[in-house]
Amino acid sequence: MSAKGSDGIFSNWDAERQPKAYSQDYKSSILRSPKQPPISFPTTLAEVTGPVFGHDIIGELDHDLIHNFAASGESAIGPRIIVHGRVSDENGNPVPNALLEIWQANAGGRYRHVKEGYIAALDPNFGGCGRVITKADGSYEFWTVQPGPYPWPNGPNDWRPAHIHFSVFGPSFAQRLITQMYFEGDPHIRLCPIVGTITSPEAVQSLIGRLDMERTVPMDARAYHFDIVLRGREQTFFENQMDGL
Amino acid sequence: MSVSSKRLLQTPSQTAGPYVHIGCTPKFAGLNTGKADLGSSLIKDGVKGEGIQISGSVYDGKGAPVTDAMVEIWQADYSGLFRSPLETRGEADPLFDGWGRAACDAQTGGFCFETVKPGAVIDNMGVRHAPHITFWIVARGINRGLHTRLYFPDEVEANANDSVLALITDQNSIATLIAAKVADASYRFDIHLQGENETVFFDA
Repeated sequence: MSAKGSDGIFSNWDAERQPKAYSQDYKSSILRSPKQPPISFPTTLAEVTGPVFGHDIIGELDHDLIHNFAASGESAIGPRIIVHGRVSDENGNPVPNALLEIWQANAGGRYRHVKEGYIAALDPNFGGCGRVITKADGSYEFWTVQPGPYPWPNGPNDWRPAHIHFSVFGPSFAQRLITQMYFEGDPHIRLCPIVGTITSPEAVQSLIGRLDMERTVPMDARAYHFDIVLRGREQTFFENQMDGL
Repeated sequence: MSVSSKRLLQTPSQTAGPYVHIGCTPKFAGLNTGKADLGSSLIKDGVKGEGIQISGSVYDGKGAPVTDAMVEIWQADYSGLFRSPLETRGEADPLFDGWGRAACDAQTGGFCFETVKPGAVIDNMGVRHAPHITFWIVARGINRGLHTRLYFPDEVEANANDSVLALITDQNSIATLIAAKVADASYRFDIHLQGENETVFFDA
């Protein structure tokens, strides 16, 4: 891996796969989506560089949402799951040392947040956030309870599919991404106005974590597999030319 | 057409939702993590350069503050170097992180960063970029993080020669990217997601 050629231009955001800014069906986007199209320019050093996070920021239980806010000897209520996968770029290069921050509702679909109004019970042993850093091969893994679907004030009867939020830092700020993982087989996915901001069915499929019996721990936890692909650099000889500068 | 041969397809973005603070600024969200939120401080004692404060608010298309937003900034140090393993031009000030993150205030949508004024960035091709700070904004209703830049009002000549600002033909639009100096070493930078003063956003 070369740190040189740091002016290497990143590929554009994929307009076919990324969500639309404005969606009549997702009410919150109506007043929060810019009317003007964003202005494109080739990535400069400000986008090519990015912050780095050391493994020392990760606490002992940050990867374990079943226990990281639980009282001693207790654990969060809900189906125990492992979520794992690999972060790579569009060129297939693994992205090591990527910081993933995750947050989610509890098994009943309730967030631990002052503005949360859903009647489902809070779980005193569940906080709903964690973080991990990818290994050298770009892989990551965390343990949690499967979040529940929940109703939200949008249409008269909208329910979010069960999901886990992911915030992802690659080495370049151009790769900064926040997304959501859904769960294979959830009938709410196709009904969800937020999912519907993505027009490509294939792109929606890529946000669905797949049941992974290979990684499931017998008599303990089921596993879901979710890979993340960040923008990659355009591969041109031009990039190599700049190494010498 | 791209000359590269991409093998994998980008993961789509989804909104950060109304509870992004739980995951990204858990202490702010009231979760007892026992540590400071990431990005809550950019500078350490002895940092080089001119210390500045940047405050602002995020507003929606009706001028209402966006109270569930999160704002991140990324910038060069006083000398124009980035604190990043991908920085090849030299070593940035070790007392400066360059990256900051703020949860917007639950009433005002306000954010505030204590940082240093970045230097001009002279890239590997010798192109000079006016001092700037990248802003990245996420919130409920924002389906992909919005990317914009702050430029400084006291860098008139550098701004006039900046290749990114040169892409914007409308002077009123350029004005949305220039912070207002409100006091010595104190700047105001409001972000309008929509409306008459809609901030210029970038796809970069």
